[in-house]
Amino acid sequence: MNHRKHLLGLEGMSAEEITRFLDTAESFKEVSERSVKKVPALRGTTVANLFFESSTRTRISFELAEKRLSADSVNFTTSGSSVSKGESLRDTAQNIEAMRVQMIVIRHSAAGAPHFLASLLNGSVINAGDGAHEHPTQGLLDMFTLRERWGSFAGKRVVIVGDLAHSRVARSNIHGLVTMGAEVVVCGPPTLIPLDIERLGVSVEVDLKQALEGADAVNVLRIQMERQQRGLFPSIDEYARRWGINRQALKNAHKECIIMHPGPMNRGIEIAQDVADGENSVILDQVTNGVAVRMAVLYLLSGGSALENEETTPQQTETRVREGKQVA
Amino acid sequence: MSVYYKAVLLDKDAIRRAIKRIAHEIVERNGGVDDLVIVGIRRRGVPLAKRIADTIAQMEECNVPIGALDITLYRDDFQNVLKHPQVGKTEIKEDITNRVVVLVDDVLFTGRTIRAALDELIDFGRPKKIQLAVLVDRGHRELPIKADYVGKNVPTSENEMVEVHLEEIDGDDEVLLAEKAS
Repeated sequence: MNHRKHLLGLEGMSAEEITRFLDTAESFKEVSERSVKKVPALRGTTVANLFFESSTRTRISFELAEKRLSADSVNFTTSGSSVSKGESLRDTAQNIEAMRVQMIVIRHSAAGAPHFLASLLNGSVINAGDGAHEHPTQGLLDMFTLRERWGSFAGKRVVIVGDLAHSRVARSNIHGLVTMGAEVVVCGPPTLIPLDIERLGVSVEVDLKQALEGADAVNVLRIQMERQQRGLFPSIDEYARRWGINRQALKNAHKECIIMHPGPMNRGIEIAQDVADGENSVILDQVTNGVAVRMAVLYLLSGGSALENEETTPQQTETRVREGKQVA
Repeated sequence: MSVYYKAVLLDKDAIRRAIKRIAHEIVERNGGVDDLVIVGIRRRGVPLAKRIADTIAQMEECNVPIGALDITLYRDDFQNVLKHPQVGKTEIKEDITNRVVVLVDDVLFTGRTIRAALDELIDFGRPKKIQLAVLVDRGHRELPIKADYVGKNVPTSENEMVEVHLEEIDGDDEVLLAEKAS
């Protein structure tokens, strides 16, 4: 396995590597439970958080992850920056890197913005959400939260409900969960489901009751009001009635069906109040786990800069000889 | 690159005796087992810590709390040496403030692992004392660190290696001296 430099998406990532991220995150979860929530692992590493789109959870989560690893971090948001004077993404990023920043976390409304930076810069680039493309750390933290409950993904049915067309969270979840062996069903208004989404290895179900039949987990996507000007469904009311997750809709799901939501929630629209706060909801666990997962991502991407180092040769390649005989 | 085993430094019985002696010394030096916490350094320090704690528990008919430290995140060389840094879990359930902590590791070499372990331990509290127990001290210190309890002192050359096998991890109990040759 080659050393990974960037985290741009979960598409194409092997099960082995996903497992590695999840296992490492498990160790980091313990750090946040300590009274001194800090380890010196990334001391001397500078990380820039470039948020060209607003965010509460992801930005704070990355910032905490960086601080708990002892990295130095700087934050950038569009308002109050030279972007409002018309500076391009390329110039902004190159100027920030010129100040010797080693890692860049980027959220951008344009799909592919992190890939563009990865091809341009020397440092590591982490995608914190690009347009409707991917949000890999969210995908990893959702899987981490599920694995914590289940142990493994085999035979589990995960239903992703909502605006599939605009959701980067859905895309990262789909790539990751399918790779890890879960059965993934997507559900929502037909106008919000991309035509060829089956090609990603999922099945499509328009009727929510059908979709939730025997579900082990449901990941409720946010109705993105800011992207809903084109009238892709008749009304919020109708959406809430047909695709809103409430107790009634969950009747046919598994009794312990896990409820997830990436936030921010529109309570009463895509998710009912009592379900969001119910006993099977892991919505706040997702947030807690987000910090551990992002610590793992930062740590694994920053490590192993010296691939040629002699000591990196794994011991297994050595022959071991005892009393003239080769031993295992 | 081949690794040649040159000698058996400690066999199963010798390891058992060394652990027993270390356990006695710990109790004797600290005048009992009050406030004692035994903390193993991952990986092979952890089973050793458990064996020492079990031996003391048997001798003194009491419970000796144990813990585990993973020092990967505190290493001074992780970005240079480790291709895929493997992070294990640290488990310190006891409050270590004002306790006597005995750190346990298999081999004491440069002292850098112990330096990292001390840093990590102090992030969990302020122990009254920290003592160090090792199965093998092979010399070549790069830092001013010394063990309080030693199973066996072994003078080695820099290109030799000391390999510790423990039942719990490797399936057998044995300490071997080896040398790398190409």
